Amino acid sequence: MLALLTTGLMATLLAAFLLGSPTLARFKGRRKRHAEGAPHAFDPGRERRAEQRARQLLRSCVNDVEWAMYRDLGFIRVDGRPLPDSPGDEDAPAPYAYLIYPHKPIVAYVPESGRLLSEYCVEFPDLTGGGRTRLPASDDVLAKWMALTSDEARVIGRANMHLVGRQHDPGHVRRDIWRLSEWERLGAGDTGARAA
Amino acid sequence: MREDEQALIEEFRRQLDDGMWAAVPTERPGSGGRREAQMVRDYADIPPEAQRVIFFPRASGG
Repeated sequence: MLALLTTGLMATLLAAFLLGSPTLARFKGRRKRHAEGAPHAFDPGRERRAEQRARQLLRSCVNDVEWAMYRDLGFIRVDGRPLPDSPGDEDAPAPYAYLIYPHKPIVAYVPESGRLLSEYCVEFPDLTGGGRTRLPASDDVLAKWMALTSDEARVIGRANMHLVGRQHDPGHVRRDIWRLSEWERLGAGDTGARAA
Repeated sequence: MREDEQALIEEFRRQLDDGMWAAVPTERPGSGGRREAQMVRDYADIPPEAQRVIFFPRASGG
């Protein structure tokens, strides 16, 4: 199964640590089957199920607003860290932010002006085999979200940086930023998250 | 329980040895519900209140 499902399995394992050993035994069985399994042919149903599981995992990790944003707009915004020389006001607007798209580079921009800064090409290859070379879309978003929010410098340092336009259409990104601002202005993040 | 914990530790190390990163989703106190991930590099670093650890592939330039 995909790499991020391993994460879910590890989550199960940690629960098993608290709850007892049956889940642990089940995990070992799944891992053995995976190791012995032959390469899978492309199976649309399996891919769809993997994406559904990935969406559930993503939803359980991000907050309600981020989830609603992804569900409604197809991307998630993550604020950048305050600049080192800026005052330590937690409520101050982020000096820059990222847009996380599935299977596309991360885009950095300035929320206050909408100015596009750069795109960061980064990949999280599916290491689990099974004929798949890339993660389900929502797993890719989750991997970027986890990497950016936990160790922004490391993931950005590993990415290939380009001006916006190499893989993203700048006009499309500007339109997404406008869509995001309208979505927030209309309070969709508040009402949508509750309705999700 | 000790056997289970040892199995967890070994599995944790195996995942990292296989090239995965590990992180724990957390909610930053006083942030109004903002969530973030905390990278974990050692089993002992897992916060005691964590309910799960998420493994994901290491980032590489695309």
